[in-house]
Amino acid sequence: MDNVDMARAFFGSSMAFHIIFATLGVGIPLMIVFGELMYQIKKDDHYKIMAKRWTRALGIILGVAIPSGTIVGVLLSLLWPGFMEIVGQVIAVPFQVEIWAFFLEAIFMSIYVFAADRLSNLMRIISVIFVAIGATASAVFITNVHSWMNTPRGFDLVNGEVVNVDPWAAVFNPSFAVTATHVVVSAYMTGAFIIASIAAFQLLKNKNNNEKEYHRKALFLSLMVGGLMSLTTAINGHETAQMLHEYQPEKLAAAEGLFETTAYAPLAIGGYVDKESEEVIGAVEIPWALSFLATNRFDGEVKGLNEFPKDTWPPLYIHILFNIMVGVGTFLIIISFVSLFYRFVLKKTYPRWLLWILTTTGLFAMIGIQSGWIFSCTGRQPWTIYYIQKTEDAATTSPGIGTLFVMFISLYVLLLLLTMIIMLFYFRRNPLSKELHGKGVNG
Amino acid sequence: MNEAYVAISLLWIFIFIYSIAGAIDFGAGFWAFVFEKNEQTRAGVLANKFLSPTWKITNVFLVLIVIAFVGFFPRATFMLGTLLLWPVCIILILLTVRSSFMVYAYSAKYFQRALKTSSAISGILIPSLFISVLPITLGGFIEEQNGTMQIQFMTLLQSVTLYTHIGFGLTSALYLSALFLADYAREARDNAAYIIYRKWAIILGPLTLGFAVLVTETMVEEASWIVDRFRDNGLWFGLSIAAFIFAYISLWIKKGDDIGHPRFAVVGCILQYGLASYAYGNAHMPYIIYPILTIEQGVTNPEMFRSLLLSYSIGIVILVPSFILFWKLFLKDQKYLNPNENPEE
Repeated sequence: MDNVDMARAFFGSSMAFHIIFATLGVGIPLMIVFGELMYQIKKDDHYKIMAKRWTRALGIILGVAIPSGTIVGVLLSLLWPGFMEIVGQVIAVPFQVEIWAFFLEAIFMSIYVFAADRLSNLMRIISVIFVAIGATASAVFITNVHSWMNTPRGFDLVNGEVVNVDPWAAVFNPSFAVTATHVVVSAYMTGAFIIASIAAFQLLKNKNNNEKEYHRKALFLSLMVGGLMSLTTAINGHETAQMLHEYQPEKLAAAEGLFETTAYAPLAIGGYVDKESEEVIGAVEIPWALSFLATNRFDGEVKGLNEFPKDTWPPLYIHILFNIMVGVGTFLIIISFVSLFYRFVLKKTYPRWLLWILTTTGLFAMIGIQSGWIFSCTGRQPWTIYYIQKTEDAATTSPGIGTLFVMFISLYVLLLLLTMIIMLFYFRRNPLSKELHGKGVNG
Repeated sequence: MNEAYVAISLLWIFIFIYSIAGAIDFGAGFWAFVFEKNEQTRAGVLANKFLSPTWKITNVFLVLIVIAFVGFFPRATFMLGTLLLWPVCIILILLTVRSSFMVYAYSAKYFQRALKTSSAISGILIPSLFISVLPITLGGFIEEQNGTMQIQFMTLLQSVTLYTHIGFGLTSALYLSALFLADYAREARDNAAYIIYRKWAIILGPLTLGFAVLVTETMVEEASWIVDRFRDNGLWFGLSIAAFIFAYISLWIKKGDDIGHPRFAVVGCILQYGLASYAYGNAHMPYIIYPILTIEQGVTNPEMFRSLLLSYSIGIVILVPSFILFWKLFLKDQKYLNPNENPEE
């Protein structure tokens, strides 16, 4: 591997690690807010306990999310100094504002956790709302930089020099709103389904009726949030596709394995894109659907890859990533609405087969998140800033990245294992039964 | 004052805040670990009491420095990012181990000792490593190889100046945190803990000063330019030493039945480091890295500069009330500091 590939692998795996914790760090606070609100509305202690236990889990998650976020933030300058040189001159504002969001989140997280017993109900809810706002805002601001990489605005590059800088035009670049919405609602969705998974699992194996009642409430709340957010993600995903159609047509073309520009373009589901024969092998094609997705019209014209020089094509495997992302989203919408159908229409308890499927939703949501961002970043290749800077020109020239890469990967593996072990130990030592009987949470 | 100087001054303020807050944070982590088994006092509990709500916020200041640097001096990012890859990556690993293991240790009783040991040791190494970036910026350790600027690690590791810098970072973190925790103990009316932290502050204070002198004495030849400039800033350094003496003497002032006035000592100590780092920074100007990179070469364009200042103003307006609330809840509230004396209803 040369330095550029090494830097990509290094940064990519660091992001993959961070995104697990960052996504939960955005998604779980929203669930805690709902838990607190439900407690105020229904005065049911179960919701209070829920909020408390989710907060404990969030504390552990943030213990990794904060340092791993520091890692990726600093690695940007270390591994992509050429990129950050332009970023600093054009899109430094959201990075800066993101720090204010971090402060807000950190301050109110400490207040919510360590001062809860000294706060009034209202102040406690306000603090946790500020935690959620801070977490969401930091996701929005960092996505702002990501969206700018896809649709760079607010400057000109003349002989390698950045000129005519307009920081606000950079901030309000055309893909910002739609991409930020996508990131935020999909994180909410993932946080909800992680909780749904745990609740469903507990309903399957737990025998205690009082505890089952608690988990049934947790499952219902998370399915409501998860169902709503997965639906919103899908609607917004449609807008994202239209944004790609307009601003990054080769990414959409590669995602769908479309080589020739056509009207009535079909949507290819599954299979893989073959560069030689220029077709998608093993896919189910839905006629006209891609045209409709991209343009809202069946006769809309969608650009194919052959419109672009081959050396600026994104890697064609992004078709698979795109399918995984969309597949996961579809699965989550269906499963949450089937579950809610059982509850609202059939007025029955969830059957065991459904609970088994529900236990997988958290994992699938996370897989969807991972494939989504890898799709967005590899789909931008060979550019790090679309049509401005190639990835190879952004990378560091320092020697020794390989060694550091191995060190960091070992660290990530260790932290993943430890986080799981610590979570298990913590919740085993502080079982729900203890808290349902009115004993407080330790630690 | 031109934009480059405004920018570097702001950055200096952030670095100064972080160096104080970080020293107290990492030092407190270390003291919490050291005094954990001490049955006589609650010194360890007290250190944890300070640390639990604050470490996240201190960490954000670190990210703030990196981001502010990239924002204000984007044209310096390339060189600094390339040069500092290794030292910064090692700091990142230590920082991650320190924070995550600390949180793990709160949550699980199992293998707590191992988690706490790793967390405390990696924490206390961090300030020393931060300080060791300073001699690199003074010249003598950077050479161009294969078209890339690189740190000459072998030369660096064999130079005395690296180790005096590390010693200075280590003792400073311990001194500052001991002083701060002495004051925190006084605020919590915990006399046993106060006596322990005061004792350590008294031991460590002169050591930090000794290392500061050694740092100046062991500068390599390429860095002698800054030693000359230190002399031009002699007044500031003199005031800094005066602040040190004031802080140190405050530890013996009688106040009622208690010996020592730790609040004065903390203020004096912050003043001491503030004056010294102002003088150091002043002598360092206009170089970010001597002699290859100056602040004027690195500074951003005027449009971005104005936008950043605007974002800082808005950020400060939003955050100051939150910080005040935080301060009241965790550094002033007797119900938090001393729950035994104020049983909750």
